[in-house]
Amino acid sequence: MVQNNPNFVLMVEDLTVSFDGFKAVNDLSFYVEPNECRVIIGPNGAGKTTVLDLICGRTKATGGSVNFKGQELLNMREDQIVHAGVGRKFQTPSVYEDLTVFENLELSYPKGHNVFGALFFRRDDTVKDRIQEIAEMIFLEELLQEKAAFLSHGQKQWLEIGMLLIQDPELLMLDEPVAGMSVAERKKTAELLNRIIADRSVIVIEHDMGFVADIATRVTVLHQGKVLSEGSMERVQNDPKVIEVYLGH
Amino acid sequence: MTPTKKTAFLTPKEMIGFAILAALIFVVLPLALDTFRLNLFGKYLTYAFVAVGLVLCWGAGGILSLGQGVFFGLGGYCMAMFLKLEASTPENTAIQSTPGIPDFMDWNQITALPWWWEPFHSFGLTLIAIIAVPVVFAFIIAFAMFRRRVGGVYFAIITQAIAAILTILIIGQQGFTGGVNGITDLRTLHGWDIRTDEAKNILYFVNGILLFAVLFAAHYVRKSKLGRLLIAMRDQEDRVRFSGYDVASFKIFVFCLGAAFSAIGGAMFTLQVGFMSPTLVGIVPSIEMVIFCAVGGRLSIIGAVYGTLLVNFAKTTFSESFPEVWLLGLGALFIAVVMAFPRGLAGIWADWVEPRLSSLFSRKTGDDSTAAPKTPAE
Repeated sequence: MVQNNPNFVLMVEDLTVSFDGFKAVNDLSFYVEPNECRVIIGPNGAGKTTVLDLICGRTKATGGSVNFKGQELLNMREDQIVHAGVGRKFQTPSVYEDLTVFENLELSYPKGHNVFGALFFRRDDTVKDRIQEIAEMIFLEELLQEKAAFLSHGQKQWLEIGMLLIQDPELLMLDEPVAGMSVAERKKTAELLNRIIADRSVIVIEHDMGFVADIATRVTVLHQGKVLSEGSMERVQNDPKVIEVYLGH
Repeated sequence: MTPTKKTAFLTPKEMIGFAILAALIFVVLPLALDTFRLNLFGKYLTYAFVAVGLVLCWGAGGILSLGQGVFFGLGGYCMAMFLKLEASTPENTAIQSTPGIPDFMDWNQITALPWWWEPFHSFGLTLIAIIAVPVVFAFIIAFAMFRRRVGGVYFAIITQAIAAILTILIIGQQGFTGGVNGITDLRTLHGWDIRTDEAKNILYFVNGILLFAVLFAAHYVRKSKLGRLLIAMRDQEDRVRFSGYDVASFKIFVFCLGAAFSAIGGAMFTLQVGFMSPTLVGIVPSIEMVIFCAVGGRLSIIGAVYGTLLVNFAKTTFSESFPEVWLLGLGALFIAVVMAFPRGLAGIWADWVEPRLSSLFSRKTGDDSTAAPKTPAE
């Protein structure tokens, strides 16, 4: 039926990974449309982060297929997957603490990615303008020359989102982007995410149901490495299976 | 605040740093020391090539190699093979049973020059080999390790093992390598006697110029985007990988670059000291070179040079008076530096000397806007 629909950006089919016999992700299939914001929820250990790890190549799958715009990602190296157009944000903010905000963004700028390209990379006006533009978007334009180590937790999360934005990926994967944020930061982040998901597909892992309701086009509920339920927020919230394993407690 | 910071090759502060070092190497030391002592400092400075390479690999990139002596040695041996062949003319070696081959081969009943010695008749090929042999070797090691994502302590241990293996190989193959004595009795370079005082003085300056070429190359790398990537990789390797960089290729590059620097140092060692032996290849010299780098400050390329000079000067001075405890002292120094001054001499300079200097400076000349903003508040 939907198997070879060219309208899907990402087709995950029968994806399985087994760690010493334990199947963290088990025959998982789901499909992401262009400009869709898909939120993955589920109890701890459901395999949410593992799914993202499999898509971006951090973990090698045992079986199945991940098809992104007609390319099979499972055979590609991590950096090749990035160049294909998949961006990934980690759960804990991963920014380069010894570098400035400007330099953090610059390293993510999609140019000069091989050894000699990096050696002879020039910081021209296009690069500077783009960094300025992104910095304004992520509320850090005043802090460009600050070392990333001195940013607050929320600002680091924004910086990492900015580092992904400057890559301009077609598929953006965010692992708990509002975890550990204050209420004010959370609001600002929701606003930021709503702006950046407009012209790309996004997969978000999130626990905060209010936040999920704010951004999700569709929700996938994972449980023990399998899809428990999928659909609109409303449908999923009223699914008795979901209430039993996840939302109930 | 301007977000578009100027990215000149040398900031005024860095220029002063290079100028002071140049004055020390090219003016102060030659004027203050006799030829014997100057030659000794020239020898120390050949280790600085290695230390500068380690600043890039270890300080910036987080790749600790405990086998840099391998590359220093390979560069030095390539140079020594050329000089040895030049010294082993049939006339000079007429008393041997096979004239025209190096003396140690004759002592080991070898009657013909091995094929892999042949290229070292040519000075051009030798110069190429000095860089190419260590770099290719470094590439093979780095490719095998970094493609498999071997890093950190494991990488350090493997490089150390390679240093041990190469030493054993050189000592074992006495007939081809000169064994434990190394390649000795080197005399002339294209007929120019390298043992005279005049030659030693000239070689000291050649060495200094090459060292500055290496320092500028290292400085360029540090200032380039590649330099910032190395720091990024050291702290968040996964983030770099998922920003679309092939992390292994950058590690391979910087490791090969460090090997090339070390090899130049090794070749200059052979020229200035007049021999090359396995004692400069093994584990102990390799670790000593890491200590030079750590004492100087593993993030500062200029600091690495001062670290090398200081530790070697101390080694010569103390090991003359207390030969037994010197090694213990060196170990204690390393532990002390890592624990108390992780940024080494360069850190002490930046935290203590520079703020005082610049406050003195700005009081004298009014306001110096270039030096002031970077100084940490006291």
